[in-house]
Amino acid sequence: MNKKIYDFSGKKKIWFGLSLALIALIIAFSVIRGVEIAIEFKGGTIITYSYEGDVKSSDVQSDIEALLETPVTIQQGENLSGDSKTFSISFSYDQGLSSEKQNSLTSLMQEKYPDSNFEVLDSNDVNPTSGREFFLKCVVAAILAAVLIILYIAWRFKKISGWSAGVCAVIALIHNLVFVFGTFAVIGFEINSNFIAVILTILGYSVNDTIVVYDRIRENKKIMPKASFTELVNVSTSQSLTRSIRTSITTVSTMIIVSVVAYIYGVESILSFSVPMIVGMIAGTYASLCIASPLWVWWNERKNAKTVKSKK
Amino acid sequence: MKRAKKITFFIVFALIAAFAASVVFGFTSQYGDIESVYIKGVNDIRLGIDIQGGVDVTFEPADGVDATDEQLDAALEVVKLRLASLNINDSEVYCDDQNDRIIVRFPWQAGEENFDPEAAVKELGETAVLTFRAGSEKNEDGTPSGDIVLQGNDVKKAEPLRQPNDDGTFSYVVSLELSDSGAEYFSQITSAMAGTGEAISIWMDDNMISAPTVNEAITDGKAVITGSFDAESAKSLADKINSGALPFKLETSSFKTISPTLGSGALKAMLISALIAFAFIAVYMTVLYRLPGFISVITIIGQIAATLAAVSGWFGFMASSTLTIPGIAGIILTVGMGVDANIITGERIKEEIRSGKSLDSALRSGYKRAFSSILDGNVTSIIVAIILMAAFGTPDSFFAKILNGLFSLFGIGATTEGVIYSFGFTLLVGSLMNFVMGVFAARLMVTSLSRFKAFKNKKLYGGGSNE
Repeated sequence: MNKKIYDFSGKKKIWFGLSLALIALIIAFSVIRGVEIAIEFKGGTIITYSYEGDVKSSDVQSDIEALLETPVTIQQGENLSGDSKTFSISFSYDQGLSSEKQNSLTSLMQEKYPDSNFEVLDSNDVNPTSGREFFLKCVVAAILAAVLIILYIAWRFKKISGWSAGVCAVIALIHNLVFVFGTFAVIGFEINSNFIAVILTILGYSVNDTIVVYDRIRENKKIMPKASFTELVNVSTSQSLTRSIRTSITTVSTMIIVSVVAYIYGVESILSFSVPMIVGMIAGTYASLCIASPLWVWWNERKNAKTVKSKK
Repeated sequence: MKRAKKITFFIVFALIAAFAASVVFGFTSQYGDIESVYIKGVNDIRLGIDIQGGVDVTFEPADGVDATDEQLDAALEVVKLRLASLNINDSEVYCDDQNDRIIVRFPWQAGEENFDPEAAVKELGETAVLTFRAGSEKNEDGTPSGDIVLQGNDVKKAEPLRQPNDDGTFSYVVSLELSDSGAEYFSQITSAMAGTGEAISIWMDDNMISAPTVNEAITDGKAVITGSFDAESAKSLADKINSGALPFKLETSSFKTISPTLGSGALKAMLISALIAFAFIAVYMTVLYRLPGFISVITIIGQIAATLAAVSGWFGFMASSTLTIPGIAGIILTVGMGVDANIITGERIKEEIRSGKSLDSALRSGYKRAFSSILDGNVTSIIVAIILMAAFGTPDSFFAKILNGLFSLFGIGATTEGVIYSFGFTLLVGSLMNFVMGVFAARLMVTSLSRFKAFKNKKLYGGGSNE
């Protein structure tokens, strides 16, 4: 084959440095500015009302505080589709908001502002224990998935020292997930069940990406048994480059289309899904070529150097 | 694999086309006003509450009462009964025994402008009133009219029993154990009623759940309700009676409503972007990979159809499932992976042709070599999908049972997040379909077409004809 061979693993210092720097930035950013966690995880209540006309949010706030006897935060918004305005009322209530309370809240709004057509757009009330539990469950599920993926790769790729391949794939995966998290943190999307869905999708997607490259390494190992790790990886990554780029173009453009349409229709719940997905997909392609495989070379070269030394 | 015949393409194509059409339109017949659904179409797909709007509520025993599993089952029956009497038929209700919770989810009723979810939920959580009444008559407004003979708290315990009959067969009955005061009063009443053929009706709120006749006087506080019960209906009636004596009230521990307007916008946006994205992929694949690219468009249609079929309940052996926004995202992801499978294969075929192989052997080794990476990629997706379905499915679903043990190690109950389950479901079906459609069907069609003279040109497979 007369394709150009790119030196992916020779530039590993640049890739690793770049990724580490970005990860450090993401961590610093989220520590300093904080991350908004949805009430699905931390517990609490949020109710969104749609209304028409002019209503002062400070009035609404004092009305509600008087009724519930607890401080509330009010956010004014607009339905992006344009026909009405919204109030999001959030608070953490010890007992949670029973349906009776919510009922009385809604009737209060409708009585006080009869012309504004107050209606519940959505409401969400989660008590803190079940929120914590949901979060814990997500974490356990994610760890379980990672362990099973490492086992599967270790078995399927035992010809190219599967354990190291599995661990490198999971490191690349964590790298991608940090970028997804970073997108949520930087844009200011809430960490909610969309976050979990994106994390899970990128988990599957980036492992798939890495496996395609590994598969090429496995195949080339048979064809060129004498090649060094570096050579093997450079040939394999270069060979799968066209595929990586073309697949990314399809998946990323699909998500761009979704984002654009969602933006036009003003569906934020989809936007906070598709935008981090784009970042995760780009990171995934990059990491399979520039992180997982070079890392695998580095690991195995060091291991070889050690065994050579101990033989002397 | 044997070499594909020319006709194979048409058979596979016709099968996919027929399948896709039946999935989209379903198959119903109209006889007068009665419509019978033989095959469920796309319109029969149940949409999740994030699309259609609706209510998602979790009940817990109030005041931190530690309910037993039986009490919880009984409470579950009450909730089901109340949902039915509110005319909410499309609901999901289940128990989380680990955490003593009852989870209820129901969509916004179509066409009901004034549906008040808050009031509905309030009614669901109220304590049930169980009464035994003389006779089974109703007032005009549907409320029971008979005199109350017993109340819920007069019943100590109700349980389903299997009783031997005289002829050696068994039948199911519900046995009642009454409290002392209840027993005394019941003995007087039944002595008066015995032999008259009159019934004592059992009511939950305003719903009559059973009306057994009094055969003999019951003096020892132990009554047996006979009838044509099976194991399930006997347990269900016992649960209903027990719930009338619930020692706790249900309160909402989480409560979520989504208005239909918010959801339908999301669905519309998803559908429009799916159409645009599909058109883009179709053009892109055909331009890049010519014939195999065009075939991949057909197989992707087949793949989407198969996933929708699994959701709508087209396959008789699988219960229908609910389609949510993350579920649609799962379809998008697997379509992406299906496209990826076709790109991997297309690239391989190109390589093989460029290395100077004949068309036949290039196709054969192209498909063969691409398969291992498609296999590994999709198997890892399937692993993730199964974990998600197990972790966030309903407690009695197949996959959930596998993982329940592990989660209880961490003290986590069978909390459900239907939205994530739905993502796992479409991911699982879509990944499986990648093998059927993206690998098997695509290969059959491409190799079959390559037998035609018109499709022998290597250019059609991405190789330069001069190379």
